[in-house]
Amino acid sequence: MLTKRIIPCLDIKDGRTVKGTNFVDLRDAGDPVELGARYAAEGADELVFLDITATNEKRKTLASLVTRVAHQVNIPFTVGGGISSVEDVNVLLQHGADKISVNTAAFRRPELIGELAAEFGSQCVVLAIDTRLEEDGDWYVYLNGGRTATRTRCADWAHEAVSRGAGEILLTSMNHDGTKAGFALSITGLLSRTLPVPVIASGGGGTLQHFADVFEEAGADAALAASIFHFKEVAIPELKAFLDAKHIPVRK
Amino acid sequence: MDIAIIKYNAGNIQSVLYALERIGATAQVTDDAELIRSADRVIFPGVGEAASAMQYLKERKLDLLIRELKQPVLGICLGMQLLCRHSEEGDTACLGVFDTTVKRFNTTLKVPQIGWNNVEALRGPLFEGVAENSYFYFVHSYYAALCADTIAETTYDIRFSSALSHGNFSGVQFHAEKSAAAGEQLLKNFIR
Repeated sequence: MLTKRIIPCLDIKDGRTVKGTNFVDLRDAGDPVELGARYAAEGADELVFLDITATNEKRKTLASLVTRVAHQVNIPFTVGGGISSVEDVNVLLQHGADKISVNTAAFRRPELIGELAAEFGSQCVVLAIDTRLEEDGDWYVYLNGGRTATRTRCADWAHEAVSRGAGEILLTSMNHDGTKAGFALSITGLLSRTLPVPVIASGGGGTLQHFADVFEEAGADAALAASIFHFKEVAIPELKAFLDAKHIPVRK
Repeated sequence: MDIAIIKYNAGNIQSVLYALERIGATAQVTDDAELIRSADRVIFPGVGEAASAMQYLKERKLDLLIRELKQPVLGICLGMQLLCRHSEEGDTACLGVFDTTVKRFNTTLKVPQIGWNNVEALRGPLFEGVAENSYFYFVHSYYAALCADTIAETTYDIRFSSALSHGNFSGVQFHAEKSAAAGEQLLKNFIR
């Protein structure tokens, strides 16, 4: 049976792993390659490396870091941050990334998704969406690491992106990110039920039960978290044993 | 041990090379007919689209070369599918080593299947030391139907061939190079 995936996310700045609370106040959580290998050994199903400063500072994700990860990690990994062209993606895949994630650049120029899917296949194109629940009760797309608001509804953009060739959606709720109060079950469930591709839930995972909730109640295909893994508040083997005991399919 | 990884317009070639390095093997990524023919082991990798991949192989006459190889050959993902008779993807005539056809998942489940699924009914030396029901990493929208060459089975709505073997050829639908310890064991078995 296809299992639910647990995905530690390593936010990268200047080649180091960091994790912010609500996208600010960064703390250093160590060497990304070392951390990635540790997570793989502990039973993580995939890894995501996001160069979180890339868009704002117009930097490209370091290809050399990708190569080091690819050499040392024996599970799939996705690389994102500041990707805006077929050539950016080609470089990352050539250096050993399995998938790439696009966010702001794909929103600004949606044709990018189709170009990437045609060139490399939908299976390696992850669309990342940062979304916020507004006072009108709807979820909207935010760009540039959550700094720029748009008037586009999250669900509309997700559907358009999938129709253009995105193979997975990485959905981060800005209302929940960094709070450790649980994932955004409503928007995750909406996308998960209505999209034909897997949805990775991100933002808010703080306890073992939160992961069970996002799989059982929201139907997420995968759940992503960062700081709780980095600071050893939740251990991956313990999380998997907990989910298994609740009959949620996980790789043991 | 001389290992050749066939270079063509497919995506996971570098990952296969790194995976071999992690288990202490070195390999050459090449489309040189002589190097491929003389290698002790040949890996035919692949992430991509069947029709364009077959077209690329034909243009370089690699299709005939692959079919005639005598040493152990391992197809991975698209590589495995291209070793089958025919693929629905682009209605493509393939290499015809494995006596089965490749079909698109017709399911209400999400397609592609992305993630870790268990592999059952394991047979043959490729799976030596790999426990029944081990998890491997899959990313695919098309599958090879069960047939006499099937040496492992997986269920995603329907039951399909997650590994095939015929003579000196074997193939795996999952990404052994990205399947943690189970994948490393399989690769070790292949190069043993």
